[in-house]
Amino acid sequence: MTQQRLIAFAHSRRASLPNLWDVAALILVFAVFVLMSYGSRGMTSPLNAPETAVLSLDYSQLPYYGLRTTLRMFAAIVVSLIFTFTYATLAAKSRRAEMVLIPLLDVLQSVPILGFLSFTVSFFLQLFPGSTLGAECAAIFAIFTSQAWNMAFSFYQSLRTVPRDLEEVAANFRLTPWQKFWQLDTPFAMPGLIWNMMMSMSGGWFFVVASEAISVGDVNIRLPGIGSYLALAIDNKRIDCVAAAVVAVALIILAYDQLLFRPIVAFADKFRVELTVSQTKSDSWVRDLFLRTRWLQQVMAAPAAWLHAASLLSLQWPVSTRQKRAPNPKIELLLDFVWYVVIGVALFVSLTIIVKFVRQGVDMAEVKTVIALTFYTFLRVMALIAIATAIWLPIGVWIGLRPRIAEKAQPLAQFLAAFPANVLFPIAVIGILRFHLNPDIWLSALIVFGTQWYIVFNVIAGASAFPNDLREAAQNFGIKGWTWWKDVILPAVFPYYITGAITASGGSWNASIVAEYVKWGDDTVSAQGVGAYIAKATADGDFPKIVLGVAAMSIVVILINRLFWRQLSAFAERRLRLL
Amino acid sequence: MVENSRTPPLLAINNVSQNYGRGGEKGATVLDRVSLTLNEGEIVGLLGRSGCGKSTLLRIVSGLNHPSDGEVNYRGEKVVGPVNGIAMVFQSFALFPWLTVLANVELGLRAKGVSEADARKRALQAIDIIGLDGFENAYPKEISGGMRQRVGFARALVVAPSILLMDEPFSALDVLTAETLRTDLLDLWVEGRMPIKSILMVTHNIEESVLMCDRIIVLSSNPGRIAAEIRVTLQHPRNRLDPEFRQLVDQIYALMTRRPDMAKASPGAFPGLGVGMALPTVSTNTLAGMIEEVAAPPYDGKADLPALADSLQLEIDDLFPVAETLQLLRFAELAEGDIKLTAAGKRFAEMDVDQRKKLFGDHLLSYVPLAQRIRRVLDERPSHHAPATRFREELEDYMSEDYAETTLKSVTTWGRYGEIFAYDESTQSFSLENPQ
Repeated sequence: MTQQRLIAFAHSRRASLPNLWDVAALILVFAVFVLMSYGSRGMTSPLNAPETAVLSLDYSQLPYYGLRTTLRMFAAIVVSLIFTFTYATLAAKSRRAEMVLIPLLDVLQSVPILGFLSFTVSFFLQLFPGSTLGAECAAIFAIFTSQAWNMAFSFYQSLRTVPRDLEEVAANFRLTPWQKFWQLDTPFAMPGLIWNMMMSMSGGWFFVVASEAISVGDVNIRLPGIGSYLALAIDNKRIDCVAAAVVAVALIILAYDQLLFRPIVAFADKFRVELTVSQTKSDSWVRDLFLRTRWLQQVMAAPAAWLHAASLLSLQWPVSTRQKRAPNPKIELLLDFVWYVVIGVALFVSLTIIVKFVRQGVDMAEVKTVIALTFYTFLRVMALIAIATAIWLPIGVWIGLRPRIAEKAQPLAQFLAAFPANVLFPIAVIGILRFHLNPDIWLSALIVFGTQWYIVFNVIAGASAFPNDLREAAQNFGIKGWTWWKDVILPAVFPYYITGAITASGGSWNASIVAEYVKWGDDTVSAQGVGAYIAKATADGDFPKIVLGVAAMSIVVILINRLFWRQLSAFAERRLRLL
Repeated sequence: MVENSRTPPLLAINNVSQNYGRGGEKGATVLDRVSLTLNEGEIVGLLGRSGCGKSTLLRIVSGLNHPSDGEVNYRGEKVVGPVNGIAMVFQSFALFPWLTVLANVELGLRAKGVSEADARKRALQAIDIIGLDGFENAYPKEISGGMRQRVGFARALVVAPSILLMDEPFSALDVLTAETLRTDLLDLWVEGRMPIKSILMVTHNIEESVLMCDRIIVLSSNPGRIAAEIRVTLQHPRNRLDPEFRQLVDQIYALMTRRPDMAKASPGAFPGLGVGMALPTVSTNTLAGMIEEVAAPPYDGKADLPALADSLQLEIDDLFPVAETLQLLRFAELAEGDIKLTAAGKRFAEMDVDQRKKLFGDHLLSYVPLAQRIRRVLDERPSHHAPATRFREELEDYMSEDYAETTLKSVTTWGRYGEIFAYDESTQSFSLENPQ
C-alpha cells in the first residue's frame, strides 16, 4: 500500500473539539433510533417471526452459505456507494446541508453500530412482516452502517479539495453539473474512495457474521450464510464446524481481495492526481488477464461506451439556472433563519422523545451502573490498545524496514484485519471454560483480537515509507538504541500509527459488544462492561436499556476521539509530516 | 466616451474593479477601475508583479470570477459566466490526469454534445496542429511539462475559440522548453493556422511580453491599475538581441521600478502602511546573496536590473521582492531600473556573520514597523512572551488571511536571523529568550 492512501484515510477525519453541532447530531441520531424501537415495540412478542430457514451443519452446504454471505456484502457495498454519492455530494455542494450532515456523519461514525442491531432488525422485520426479506434487509443494513460513513467522509473530503485549476477548466468548458460530477469530481475522489471501500469491506465481514444470526427477545433470525452456520455450530458445540467456517471465511476474503479489490486498486491508480509516475505500481493478475483477453474486452466495450456517453449527457434543468448571479444577501439571511428554526424544532422534538423513552424504562441507579460499566470497557480498550502497541510497534518497524519481508507481511496483516475475529471467539471461550480463566481479563483479549492488525499494517507502511537518506544519516552519525527509537523512527511512523490506532480503537469498541458476552452451547461467558450490558439487553429485548448502553458508549467514544485521538493526529499532521 | 458606430470590439473591459472583502464589508482592492479593449488580430499582454490582479482580471474576462464593479463585454454582450468563444490555457496545465491526451482534448467538445466521431476528428486535427502526434494515448503523467502544456493548448484550440486566454502559460516550464513553445505558438499565430482571433495573455516575464505581444498593458500593484500601455511594432520573428528589443525591455524595467506617487508615504513598494504592510517571502540568504552580488565586480555597488536578472537567472517575480526588501531595509535603493547599494548595504557585504546579523537586526527594528511592534510588545510584557495569533489577527485587519500568514512568516524568519526575538513553533508564540 502506498503512503498516499493511508494518509488520506487519516485526513478523512476532522480534527476538532466537540462543538454544539456534534451534540445536536448526537441527539438527532438517538431520536431516530428511539423512534425505530417505538415502531417495533410489538416485536418483542413473537409477532410474525419469519420462517427460519433450516440450516445444516453439513460441510457441503458451506459454499452455498458463503455465496449468500458474499452477495449480502455486495448488496451492502452497492447501497453504501449510492449513499456516498448522494449524501456526500449534498454535503459538499450545499452549505446548509453541510451544517447538519457532516456532524451527523461524524457521530454515526463513532456510534457502535452493533448495539443498534436489535433496533434495525425489528424495524425491518416490521417493514416486511412474515418474510425473510425483512431479515435480509436488516443484515444488509447492518453491514451498510459499518461501511458507509467513512466512504461518505472520504468522498466529501475529496469533493471539497478538487484542485482549483481543474474546477476552472470544467467551468471554462462549461461542463454541466452532471458532466462535472462524473468527469471531474468522481475520478478525483476515486483513490480515496476505493481505499476506504477496502477498509469498509474489512470491517464489514465482522458485521455480516454478527448480523446473520441474531436474537432479539424471542425473535430468532437465522439467514442462510456463514454467520448463521457459525452460530449453529456454537449452539451445537461443534468445534470441527467452527474450524470449517474459519477456513471458508478465509477463502472468501482471499477471493474478494484477488478478484475484486486488486483489479480495482490497480485500475484506480490512474486517478491519482500527482503528475509523476509513482514508483509503487499496483499489480493485479486478474486485471492483466482481462487486458490480455480479446473476447471479454469486446463484450465489455459496449457497456463501457454506454456509461461514458451517460456521463457526458448534459442533463440540465430546462430553465437556465446555470447563470448564477450573486445571491441576494437578504434572501440568504432569511433562508438561514428558516433553516436554523427547522433544525431547532427537530432538536427539541428529538430531545423530548429520548427523555420520555429512557425515563420509562430506566432509573438513576441504572444510569450509574452503566457509567461504571462504560468505564470498565474504556479501561479495557485503552489498556489493550496500549499492549497491542507495545507488542506490534517494534515488530512492525522491524518488518517495515526490511522491504522483502514487508512485501510478504503487508498483505497478510491486511488479510488478518479483514478476517472477522468473532468467528474465532468460540475457540477462546472453550479455553476460558476449560482452564477456568478470569473472563474479565481473558475476554478482553478478544476485543483487540481483530483490530490490532490495523496497527500492524499501518506501522509497516510507515516504516516502509521511511526515507532512505534519513536512515543513512542516522547510521552515519551513529545513532543507536533508545535514541534511535525516540528521535528517528518513532516520529517517522507516528502519523501512520495514529491512523491505525484510531481505526483499531473504533473497531474495539464495537467488538466489545460481541467480545464481552460470548456463548458456547448453553454456557455463557461474560465480562463486566458496557459491551456485555448491551449484548445482554439485546438478548432480553430490553430496548430502553439498549438505548442507554449505546448512548453511554457513543458519548465516550466521541469524547475519546475528539479529546485524544484527533489531538494526536493533528499533532502528527503539524509536526511530524515529512517535508 | 466616444460613441462608435463600427462593430463592437471583440472584448471590452469597462471599469472593472475587484475587492475581496469578508462578509459584506469592503476589503482590500485588487483591481481598481480597469478598462481595456481587445481587437481582432492582436496579442495583448497583461504584465505585472504577483499580486497586481492580472490573473484575477483574466478570470473575470473568462467569466470564472465576477467583478465587484464594472463589466466585461464579449462581442457586445455582457459576460456573466463562462462563454463559448473564450478558452483558457492554465499555468499549471490543469489536465485531467485520468484522461489520455486525446480524451483531454476531446472533453470540451464532448461536453458540448459534439458526436463522438466528430469530436475525435477535430481533436486529432488539433493534436496534429500543436505537434502532439504520437502522444494521443499517453496519460499526462507520462509526458514532459512541455508536452503537457501542448495538450493544454490543443484542448483550448479544439473548441475553436475567438479569444485565447493564457495565464502565464510558460512559467512552469524550463527555459528551453518555454522558448520552443513560444516560438511554435507564434509561428502558428503568424501563419494564421489557429482559429483564434485574439490572444490575451498574463505574464510576469518582461522579455516574454516584448517577444510575443502587440500591446503590453503594464499593471501597477496594490491596487491593480493600468500603469502604462506599450505598443510593440517589431516584426515577427523578433530577435531578443535586437537593440530596439533591448531598449523596450529596459524601458519596461524602468517603468516597473518607478515609485508610484503615493510612495512618499510608503518607504517600500509593498502594499499597506506601518504595521499593516504586507511583506514578501524572501529568505535572508537570498538577501545576503543579492547584496554580495551587487557589491562585487562587475557591478561594484550599482547594477542594471535586467542585466542582474539575466546573470542570476531570476524572473522579475523573484527579483523584485528581493530588491524591494533590500530597499525597505535601507540596504539598497531602486530607481530607473537600477539597484544601488546604500552605505549600510556596502558595509553589510564586508561583514562577518555575527556582525551581519547585528546590522540586519538593527535595520529590521528601525525600518519594519511590524518587527518593531512585536519587539515592543515583548519588551512591555513582564513574561516577554506573546502568542502569534495576537499579531496575526491584527494583520488580518489590513490584509487577507493568506497575506497575513506570509507576512508573519517573513517577519519571523527575519527576526530570527537578526536575533531580535525568538519564535517557538510548538507553542506558536514569540519570546525574547534564545535557546541557550
